[in-house]
Amino acid sequence: MSFDSELLQQSPESVQRSFLLNRRELLRLVGAGLLVCAVDSRGQESGARASGNGADRTTHDIASWIHINSQNSVTIFTGKTEMGQNIRTSLAQQVAEELHVPVNTITMVMADTELCPFDMGTFGSRTTPQMGTELRNISAAAREMLIDKAAERFGTDRSKLVAADGAIRESAGNRSVRYGELLQGQQLVKLIPEDPPLASPEQWKVAGTSVRKIDGRDFVTGGHKYTSDLTRPGMLYGKVLRPSGFHATLASLDTAEAQRTPDVTVVHDGDFVGVVAPDSTTAARALSTIKAQWNTSQQISETGLYEFLRGKSSPAPAPSQGQEGGGRSNLHETGSVESGMASSDKKIESTYTVAYIQHAPLEPRAAVAEWNGDKLTVWTGTQRPFAVRDELAQAFHIPEKNVRVTVPDTGSGYGGKHTGECAVEAARLAKAAGKPVKLQWTREEEFTWAYFRPAGVIDVHAGARNDGTLVAWEFHNYNSGPAAINTQYNAANQRIQFHPASAPPLRQGSYRGLAATANHFARESAMDELAHALGMDPLEFRLKNITDPRLRAVFETAAKRFAWGQRKSSASRGFGIAGGFEKGGYVATCADVAIELDGNPRIARVVEVWDCGPVVNPNGLQNQIEGAIVQGLGGALFEDVHFANGRVLNPHFSSYRVPRFRDLPQIEVQIINRKDVPPFGAGETPIVGLAPAVANAIFNATGKRLRGMPLVPNGMPGQKAAG
Amino acid sequence: MAEILLHINGVDHHLHASEDEMLLYILRERLNLTGTKYGCGEGRCGACTVLVDGRPMRSCHTPAASVAAKKITTIEGLSDNGQLHRVQQAFLDEEAFQCAYCTPGMIISAVGLLAGNAKPTREEIVRGMNGNICRCGTYSRILAAIQRAAGESGAKAAIPGVSERSGGSR
Repeated sequence: MSFDSELLQQSPESVQRSFLLNRRELLRLVGAGLLVCAVDSRGQESGARASGNGADRTTHDIASWIHINSQNSVTIFTGKTEMGQNIRTSLAQQVAEELHVPVNTITMVMADTELCPFDMGTFGSRTTPQMGTELRNISAAAREMLIDKAAERFGTDRSKLVAADGAIRESAGNRSVRYGELLQGQQLVKLIPEDPPLASPEQWKVAGTSVRKIDGRDFVTGGHKYTSDLTRPGMLYGKVLRPSGFHATLASLDTAEAQRTPDVTVVHDGDFVGVVAPDSTTAARALSTIKAQWNTSQQISETGLYEFLRGKSSPAPAPSQGQEGGGRSNLHETGSVESGMASSDKKIESTYTVAYIQHAPLEPRAAVAEWNGDKLTVWTGTQRPFAVRDELAQAFHIPEKNVRVTVPDTGSGYGGKHTGECAVEAARLAKAAGKPVKLQWTREEEFTWAYFRPAGVIDVHAGARNDGTLVAWEFHNYNSGPAAINTQYNAANQRIQFHPASAPPLRQGSYRGLAATANHFARESAMDELAHALGMDPLEFRLKNITDPRLRAVFETAAKRFAWGQRKSSASRGFGIAGGFEKGGYVATCADVAIELDGNPRIARVVEVWDCGPVVNPNGLQNQIEGAIVQGLGGALFEDVHFANGRVLNPHFSSYRVPRFRDLPQIEVQIINRKDVPPFGAGETPIVGLAPAVANAIFNATGKRLRGMPLVPNGMPGQKAAG
Repeated sequence: MAEILLHINGVDHHLHASEDEMLLYILRERLNLTGTKYGCGEGRCGACTVLVDGRPMRSCHTPAASVAAKKITTIEGLSDNGQLHRVQQAFLDEEAFQCAYCTPGMIISAVGLLAGNAKPTREEIVRGMNGNICRCGTYSRILAAIQRAAGESGAKAAIPGVSERSGGSR
């Protein structure tokens, strides 16, 4: 699928992109030293508009930069956001690797729109393959420049010099000079349009090791300041009045009592009503005294959702001309599905569904907004600081250069924090109050007013010959999304199409892995169904139709580790397998599921094998994969947003079930560290195998095929796996 | 508004609090002890956990007045002169976090658990910690960290300023 159609999913509201700093400002900012900038030739990736000639480059097409000062301190500027993926550490490792400096001499300035070059956002598993590669490039270029300068100073040939531990020294002599000394009082700038020589992953010494999380200590002492922990001089606390349902408009409002409350400011502007007070308890109390009536309209409820989505769907239009991927529609077709079906011995026709779910990051949206004249500074936890800056500029009709968005390392996102609604609200309250304002959404607000992972319906029609050859594959995804929609299996005849729905009932947006989870759930369940129809082992059937050696390798490695096929299933024990690839990562997941006496499934053991190329930080990667399995478990088994007529019915952790300690299976992760390919990201794709592996294991035990995620909604009786 | 005395991390604070003012907001907004987090406001996620006389409590729905004069320990009060508590050190050693927003509540809950049960079984840890949510899914590392902290000393967890607890975990 094209990047554009994925991007549509990433961004509930489209935002324009532009740039802040020019190079002169940048130089003033960083001062003396060496500044190396990567020139981004990918255009679309950085949102750069072609400026034509290379000599005239500005920061408009620079995606990251590195600065080394005369004290040998290294500063990296990147627009990426740290929210638990461990990129503050893994990116610093990659800089250390190429620049040959200790990791602890590197400062990572991240996700600050005034200091960092434009970045589209932290999503799509792109930090490692793109930002990581870019930082390795600029670090290597800086190192090469420093070697040149040292050669000049020593009057020797550069081939006789090596860079190590922040200094250049003669390989066979005594002379040595620290980077900072070479830069004394000078300001050097280098733009690197070409790729400099990089160490190959086989040579990595710092990258490729389990460097400890930078600032890890601050996270166990409570010292780290998340957005919600920040204070500003004179800061007040805000609360926003929420409508009785989606798309409601204000009919009547009585704020008299709130206005009488000492120290409380009521803010009312159109349908926006909020209060500001010296502390959040007073703000909440004042808010609760406001009486409002809302005009509501009849809306689609959970019942009948899937029929609605199918009925409202149409093939997505092709991206307009001139865009990357222009002309590619959402239809993928090869051969003839009809003739393939005609030559099939066994066929299946199944419909799968996925529910709306929420990201539920433990830190709900928060923002601190501060006005200084017509200049606005907002601290907020977002995956897209530049997009939020633009949102703020548009909301307040001020130039982008008047807005600064800074993102403290954030209490997770999982694709859920792309937008700036909380930032805009905080800025509205701050503007009205004439003081800095902090706003943190409540859990209920986060469950209701944040965007949702799209629900969807997937129809699969497939056929195979008795020898296990997949010959026909038809796959229609209604509304959930196009990510990883194409099959990883060989099938001569395919028709695969994504049909976005118009006017879905809930506000939809990105989620970890996007629709790759839904599409793998449907595809890998359908493959299992077909294997059973053929009387073949599900693993054997898959392997027969795979040519990609990396995909084969993860399946075979996982099967071996799991002892696939060596244990007998029973009515209370089942085994399932599933896998695939997306965004450069390959995954195979095996699940061992016990059916409890009450009929509910319990995931006893998960084996997952993962390959994303060369591993930058093995322990950090392992942590990500374990986390994806646990998070995937929630969506697979019980996470489900219940809603009716514009209202979310379960906006609390007491009614929206998320994975807890008692749900934890035994998890075994095996990583294939493949150093012969470029590195890819790992924040998302490890989540996709769990749901179908579990559904397949439940079928293996009970003979009952569950085709809807969540498989056991809220773990409620009456929806049991064993029927 | 009543005047109350809160004894937090060994320091006495005299302040005025209304009946509906929860301990969490006093800690965060008045005393700048922001290590204790808001996660749900209904005691269902554990991010706001503090120790009251050595026992874990959810500060988001604990009225400050109800714990007046009791010994309150927050994440900021665990380390001793810069020396991390063994549970904090174990979390660091196991890298038992990702975004780490849940971490203070996890550590405080674990200290409370180990203060009442020096050598909990895996099952006892799961039961004791089940009220704490980690959305990043680092549960297996947190379990390992608690087991590591328990295994290293074999003694009940000490809480600075609080004498040894007797009896169960809650």
